[in-house]
Parts: sequence; C-alpha cells; structure tokens
Amino acid sequence: MKLKKIEVNSNDLKKRLFTSILIGVLFFTIGISAFKYVQASSSRVEGTPSLLRNSFIWNEKVWTKLSSHRHLSVNKPNPPKGKEPRVNGDLGLEDELELKDYSVEIISGNKKLLLPVSAFHSSPKVGYSTDFRCIEGWSEETQFAGSRFSDFIKFYDLGKKADGSYYNYVGLETPDKKYYVSIDMESMLHPQTVLAYEMNEEPLSEENGAPIRLVIPIKYGIKSLKRIGKIFFSDTRPPDYWAEKGYDWYSGF
Amino acid sequence: MNDKSIIIREKHSRLLRYSHWINFSLLSIMVWSGILIYWANDAYIKIPNSIAETFSIRFRLAEGMGWHFFIMWAFLFNGLIYVNYMIISGEWRTIAPNRKTFYEVIPVILHELKIKKSGPVTIGKFNAAQRLAYTGAILMGLGSVLTGIAIYKPVTLGWLTNLLGGYKAARFEHFLLMIGFFLFFIVHIIQVARAGWNNFRAMLAGYEIEKD
Repeated sequence: MKLKKIEVNSNDLKKRLFTSILIGVLFFTIGISAFKYVQASSSRVEGTPSLLRNSFIWNEKVWTKLSSHRHLSVNKPNPPKGKEPRVNGDLGLEDELELKDYSVEIISGNKKLLLPVSAFHSSPKVGYSTDFRCIEGWSEETQFAGSRFSDFIKFYDLGKKADGSYYNYVGLETPDKKYYVSIDMESMLHPQTVLAYEMNEEPLSEENGAPIRLVIPIKYGIKSLKRIGKIFFSDTRPPDYWAEKGYDWYSGF
Repeated sequence: MNDKSIIIREKHSRLLRYSHWINFSLLSIMVWSGILIYWANDAYIKIPNSIAETFSIRFRLAEGMGWHFFIMWAFLFNGLIYVNYMIISGEWRTIAPNRKTFYEVIPVILHELKIKKSGPVTIGKFNAAQRLAYTGAILMGLGSVLTGIAIYKPVTLGWLTNLLGGYKAARFEHFLLMIGFFLFFIVHIIQVARAGWNNFRAMLAGYEIEKD
C-alpha cells in the first residue's frame, strides 16, 4: 500500500499541526486532571472514590448477569496428605480459643439459636478440593470438608422470611467481632459454600479457623471467615471488614 | 509569510491517531494499577522495598483493583474500535506480516543496530520489524484481556482459566504480557526518537512531509 502524495499550502499545514498539538495537550490535561480529581476526591464510599466504588458495583451487576455464582469452582486433586494449608491472616483470632462450651450464635428473624460445634455435623459431610484464591494474588489447591451451608440452613430452618423467601444477605462474625463479612444469599446457597471443620483432610487448625469456619471458593479468601462466632440473616447488607477498607464488596469469581 | 506549497503524505488517519494516544493513556493506568495489585504478591520478580517506597506502590491493593477493573472496560472498548477500524478500512495490510516479512526482519534489525549498512527497502507504511512489533502488540493486547479475565473470573470462566494452564499460570502469563508491553514501549520510544520529527509528527497531525 503506497501512500498518496498531496500538495498543500505550507500555512495550512502549520495550522493543522498547531490544532493537532492543541487537541493533544487538551486531551492529556483533561485526562490527567480527571485522574487526579478522582484520586483526591473526598466523596469516598467505604474508602474508595465513588467512581471506583460504582465501578465495582457495576461489574458485580454485569458478572452476576452472567451467573457467576452458578458455576462451580474447578475441582482439583486432593493435596498430598499432611500438607499444611497456607495461613494468611489472624484478624479476629487474637483471643485465646476456648473450645469448651464454644457456641455459635444464629439469628434468623425472630429465631435465635446458640449452637454447639456438634450442630455443624448434623447435615451430611461434603468435601472437595479446589483452588483457594487470596485477594493478594496467591492461590493454593486445598481440600475442604464440612456442612454445605444450604443443607445447614435447611436442617435448622433458617434464612427465610415469613413469606418463605430468602433474606438477601448473610452476615458472619468472629466471636470477638473484630472480623466480619457479609455475602449475598445466592453465593451462600452455592453448593461449594461450606461451614468447614476440615482442611486438607485434617481437623481445622486454630490458625485456619477452628472449630468452624466458612469456606466460599467462588469468592476471594477474604470472605471465608475463620472461627465463626455469629451467623445472621438480613435484607440490608451487613458490614464487611474489607469492603469498608476500599475493596470490592462482592469479590466473586 | 511565504505561502509556498509542500508535498505531504497522509500517513495516520484521525481515528488511528486518537486510538493510539487513548490506548497509551489507558495502558499506562492499567500497568500502574496492575503493579499496585502485583505488589501484594510479588511472586515472579521481587519488588525491592526501596523501589516500592519511592514509587509509593505499597499497600494500595484495593486502589489498584478499583482502577484496574474500571479502566479495563475503556481499554477493551478502545482496542475493539481500533481493531475494527483496521479490519474495515483494510489498513490491517499495512501492519500484518506477509511472506516477505519473515525473511526481511533479520536484515532490518541488523540495519537498525547499525551492524549492516543497508537494509531492505520499506514498501508501504512499515518495515518488516515494525509489522511484527505492531501486530505483536495487538496480539499482546488480546492476550492481556484473555489472561486478565481468566484470573478476574476463574469460576465463571473456569474453562478459559483451565485452557491457559490454571489460575497460577494465567496470572504469570498476565504478568509476562505486562513485561512485554514494557519492552515494546522502550524499543518503540528509542525508534521513534531515532526516526525523527517528521515521523513523530505524523502520529500527532497525521501527515509526513515528502519534500518542501
């Protein structure tokens, strides 16, 4: 492809170059100012400029339309026996763990329960291996076993309102209330969402959230709360530790 | 002022120039926010603390993710406009490698490195090395989108993540492509500087002066 040659007036050409450079300077000035404006903006929603918070929410809408919560996290072979699962954070685990008389508070509408750890063995044991993905960027093939959350709430008749429909959100807290998450009900009803008492075919260690933890592999690890102290249901979004610190609340894959 | 006439060639169309500079801006934000994310688990190349501190990239994971997942849509959209334009206008022929490209590329590079005095004559807009570099950059853009969504939605798009070798592999591939863009950028800047004003001006105003 040979480029055509054109004869033009030199003054016109100068004007053309000047206009182009002006548009370019304008474009970059506006672009950089807009970026700086967003960065400096005081209208922050949970630690994030409102533009980026809205973008998180918009992305959530797009991907839930593509039914991201209806796919399974790909199954992986079991990790070798005795492999210690990676331990990352200890938020909400600083107090001494008292296994004697350990109980989990459950609130669903007017129903209030204090369940012992054995209650989480009432429904059938479900186990699988998959990637456990941390929001920091690392991932590890891990085996989990416990009660499927959907089985658990069916067994104790939880999570539904008087009209029979599910609450929109589930909130979870550690016993010291220092770590807390909230998750959409659809993701909580996912078949791989379990209240786990086993990791890598060993009983849950204290650092990994003994005696009972949430495992939700269709979301970043920040949502898989360790050492559950309280589970409650709500139609308004309960607080979420990392969402308050600027992270995407949905955090789903 | 003298009103003399000049012979020019229309080198880059307006749409091509606009998408080029928009892409440059968006890709810069993608690389920057990507590095903020990468810092949280710098598994492939350790970021020294001194560098992380100087460029203030520590503890900004949430912010990095916020920007990355916002700008990605604009980056994708701009890329699609560019690619569609190239296809529809037929301009893809100016950058697509052809049979000659592959045996011309070595002499072109040797010439550019001043190892050989004369290189092959460029026919059309770009020489063999440029064709490979520009087509490569587009493919890298496509690769970045694919490896990116594979680690963004590894459950919804589990099949894609698997196809790319799994979650860990896809993250590494996404990182390599970023390095690729960085290398492209360095070579591109050097070559643009060497080619001079007439060539660079074409990316600003569209024309190249044939002769005064």
